[in-house]
Amino acid sequence: MKVITANFVTCAVKECKTAQTSFPLHFHDAELEQQELDFQPEFIRNILPRVDWEALRVTANELGFPSIPESKPEGEALDNEQTLRDLHRLLLETHVAEGKLVCGNCGHQYMIKEGIANFLLPSHLV
Amino acid sequence: MAAPDADAYEQQNVHEVYQQIADHFSSTRYKPWPIVEQFLRNLTPGAVGLDVGCGNGKYLSVNRDVFIVASDRSENLARIAVKHQPHSTIVADIHHLPHQDAFFDFAISIAVVHHLSTPVRRVQAVAEILRTLKSGSETQAGGKLLIYAWALEQKTSRRGWDKGDPQDIMVPWVRKGGPAKQGISEEPQTFHRYYHLYEEGELERDIDQAGGRVLESGYEKDNWWVIATPKDRP
Repeated sequence: MKVITANFVTCAVKECKTAQTSFPLHFHDAELEQQELDFQPEFIRNILPRVDWEALRVTANELGFPSIPESKPEGEALDNEQTLRDLHRLLLETHVAEGKLVCGNCGHQYMIKEGIANFLLPSHLV
Repeated sequence: MAAPDADAYEQQNVHEVYQQIADHFSSTRYKPWPIVEQFLRNLTPGAVGLDVGCGNGKYLSVNRDVFIVASDRSENLARIAVKHQPHSTIVADIHHLPHQDAFFDFAISIAVVHHLSTPVRRVQAVAEILRTLKSGSETQAGGKLLIYAWALEQKTSRRGWDKGDPQDIMVPWVRKGGPAKQGISEEPQTFHRYYHLYEEGELERDIDQAGGRVLESGYEKDNWWVIATPKDRP
């Protein structure tokens, strides 16, 4: 599961959707893996406006990347190739191969196996 | 059918079948349907969306300038779909999508809702996808959903069904036998999947009930399709 994906998922439990603590989900016991992908600077520039930077910072910290900028790179900062390359590496090339995603509201744990997170709910949570 | 029963029914007659036929099914699904392809190609670069019931992920290769979180109920299909870059694939249930409210720019759900076995569950599925789409306002368009479902009216197809025929049916899938092992070839195996065949106008009615506004609709390759957006939210 790519790091960027954590920005676009939340708890599958209906009641958690309105709880602020359910987003982002928190990685536990994450095993990281790098998978090379062609660098497309335009893609990073285009996708960045849709990224919740605060949530990304939480995720990055939990995964051991504490050095990401405090605020979202904008304007001229997006002309800096190194900035875009760093983001490309973090958002698209860094994967969580095994681990858990945990909801900060209900505490439910979603397993990640072979890079795929499973959001199916047990019957008592449906 | 009560909801837990319908859930168990779909588990047996849809989900388990796709788990079994994933590889063979995937090898027969590679050509994108033209309207889906066009919908995806017309998206703004940087748009973020969902492919709900992505199957083998055949639509994930159409546009690499957008980001798609694809999901399927079958882990075996998700494992095939995950290979498509730069997107992402998860396992999720259409009735409990793990996505934020009113966030996404677009969603597609192609040949999926016809596997749900009651009218209520079909409407709930559409409502759940619409929930995730951006609201429209005076300054921005709302998120758009493209949805496809198998048509009852397909008398020129190989199946030959038409108006007046039963709408809730079991459709066989014949998985070819494997390559011969020690001179003995594997027997072909037949699986049955549940389908609800949509009659003309039915998909539009479901979308309306689910809180969607139909923008465009039509018929392509034995399927009814609709492009919809969430109705104004309070």
